[in-house]
Amino acid sequence: MDLFIINVIDGLIYGLLLFMLSSGLTLIFSMMGVLNLSHAAFYMLGAYLAYQISVYTGFWVGLIVAPILVTILGAAVERYGLRRVHQYGHVPELIFTFGLFFVIEELVQYIWGRSMVNYNSPESLDFIAFNLAGGSIPAYKVFMLLVSVGIFLALYYVLARTRVGMIIQAALSYPKTVEALGHNVPLVFMGVFGVGTGLAGLAGVIAGPSLTTFPGMAFLLGSIVFVCVVVGGLGSLFGAFVASLLIGWLQTFAASYNIGAADILIAFGYEYPKDVYYHPWRDLWTLTLPQIGPILPYILLILVLVFRPNGLFGKRET
Amino acid sequence: MQKSVFTSALPWIFAAAILIVLPFIFTGGGSITIMNQIGITIVLAMSYNMLLGQGGMLSFGHAVYMGIGGFVAVHVMNIVENEYLWLPLPFLPLVGGLVGLGFATIVGSFSTRKAGTVFAMISLGIGELIAACCIIITVFFGGEEGISGDRTMAPPTFGIEFISQKEVYFLIAFWVLLSIFVMYLFTQTPVGKMANAVRDNPERAEFVGYSQRWVRYVSFCGAGFFAGVAGALFAINYEILTEQNLNTVMSFQVLLATYIGGVGFFLGPVFGAILFTILQTVIGLQTDLWALYTGIVFVLMVMFLPTGLTGLFAMHLIPLQLGRLGMLIKPYAKIFVPGLAFVVGAIALIELINHVRHHAEEQFMTLFWIEFDTTSFLPWALFLIMVAVGFYVSRAFAKEVAEAWGEATFVEGERR
Repeated sequence: MDLFIINVIDGLIYGLLLFMLSSGLTLIFSMMGVLNLSHAAFYMLGAYLAYQISVYTGFWVGLIVAPILVTILGAAVERYGLRRVHQYGHVPELIFTFGLFFVIEELVQYIWGRSMVNYNSPESLDFIAFNLAGGSIPAYKVFMLLVSVGIFLALYYVLARTRVGMIIQAALSYPKTVEALGHNVPLVFMGVFGVGTGLAGLAGVIAGPSLTTFPGMAFLLGSIVFVCVVVGGLGSLFGAFVASLLIGWLQTFAASYNIGAADILIAFGYEYPKDVYYHPWRDLWTLTLPQIGPILPYILLILVLVFRPNGLFGKRET
Repeated sequence: MQKSVFTSALPWIFAAAILIVLPFIFTGGGSITIMNQIGITIVLAMSYNMLLGQGGMLSFGHAVYMGIGGFVAVHVMNIVENEYLWLPLPFLPLVGGLVGLGFATIVGSFSTRKAGTVFAMISLGIGELIAACCIIITVFFGGEEGISGDRTMAPPTFGIEFISQKEVYFLIAFWVLLSIFVMYLFTQTPVGKMANAVRDNPERAEFVGYSQRWVRYVSFCGAGFFAGVAGALFAINYEILTEQNLNTVMSFQVLLATYIGGVGFFLGPVFGAILFTILQTVIGLQTDLWALYTGIVFVLMVMFLPTGLTGLFAMHLIPLQLGRLGMLIKPYAKIFVPGLAFVVGAIALIELINHVRHHAEEQFMTLFWIEFDTTSFLPWALFLIMVAVGFYVSRAFAKEVAEAWGEATFVEGERR
């Protein structure tokens, strides 16, 4: 039971982190129809920029400045890259963002080297927030949770309650009409792309200290974010939220419960082989839940795409 | 227009002659190795183009089919070595191809329902899934170190045991030519033609009476087959397969090679594969930043030259037919010098910064066969000036090129 509560909290933090990425991704997709495959690269960029800034000024300045830099960079990518590629069609757009992912990844290695950098949480948050069921929750995790929830509420408020949000929502479904009403739709596109990547950058800034900042961090999270967005339904913000939490918990629980296939097989009356390392089914016998944890999201993705191509909450055909 | 059998066979005979002569021209140390790698990449890129170029399906996991074909090929090689099975080595690519085909029939049955983003995401998911399985299922994939075999243990074919690289070259060359030929025949079949129609306008293709899903499925299976062939060729050439041969990075490289060559043309990927492999092997030896360069070139190409290198050549057919190619020589020559200065300066600057950041303990570095002091002011200033002036001047000349291009391709009375 203790482990269960700890896992619920850890999964929640991870899921909300995923949501910070997937919300921007799904907004960009629903607006421009293009799945930004370089999204996780901006997440990594956020972490590295914050690290570089924190070296000089400390964590808190990096927390503010790095996401802004990433936002500007993202907007520039939309303005000078994606807008040009857009005329060739959707497939070149996907290829462009895919290529951009690798360029950013290589650039990060070029600038900061191939090994991890020493990006730490601020000292003011280096204490244990509270003890819970035998385990302890560090204050930084609480901080991550608060930032994620804050971003979620702010996003909801902007989209649902403000004029800008209304224009964005309208531009999602009827870009031509919105343009005819005199709104600058390309500017809205640029803004949404910038803010979306900026959110990814912010996620990187706060995830960097706890998940370590290294060149593989984008690759590690990148595909999982697509899984969240696709499983939730492309273009559905609520779907992205549900899917992010689902996958956050799925991965956290899978990683911490050491259930092996051997236990199940023995329960079904099979006998454990004597020399398991030379047994033809040795992989099945030694299989454990933490081992298959990383591939569970992909199985979920394929199942969802096969049986419900619109995703769990998606409304439109892709 | 009926062509005689001889005229249509002529290009193939010519290609075969080139493939036979090549190893006798390039006899240098690593050239056979590079040519083998090129051959494998050609088959893989051509099969990828069956999806992307001819079928309009963007796959982010094409290396999986090559990898699975290759892994099974290594296993078969080991079975043959233990004499449970009699199979001469030249038939091994067929095995790999059938495995690729088999896997593609399974995946394609659900992934080809939609083109576009859904297809791309399923391919990415499958790619990640199989790559992750590599570590888990060690019996088949051999875990982190992969699995290896020995090609020379197969029964000899006409006395050839495929010990030397050259013998392997001829095996690969044969399969490259055969694969391209069969893929060419595929484009001439009704389903091959319909693949283009489905790519361009799936709705109209449906109205003509073809199921777009079925057409995509057939192309997908064909692409899986030839990717498997490439995998088996890889297994024969390197005798080892690891997780790196089927992960997303590898799939990206396939996409890169195909796209650089040009997806809109049947033979585009051949040029892409040749160029990509040479870049990878030759530049990869010179600098550890080659992935950065290829990435940048790739992104720039998607932005400015979406038709690829073959598209660039094809563009020039119009002024050639109009007899105005000469008009372009002067502006091209003019932009070449500042353009070259810009590129060389930029590369030098990138390398210099890389050197200072990561190898600062060595004061001197060699670049473009010239050794210089990285701490002195001169190289920095020189490269900066080259970049700035090169960029500024070539931008000014770019207008002239555009104007000359407009004139060279202008046709009286035709709307452009």
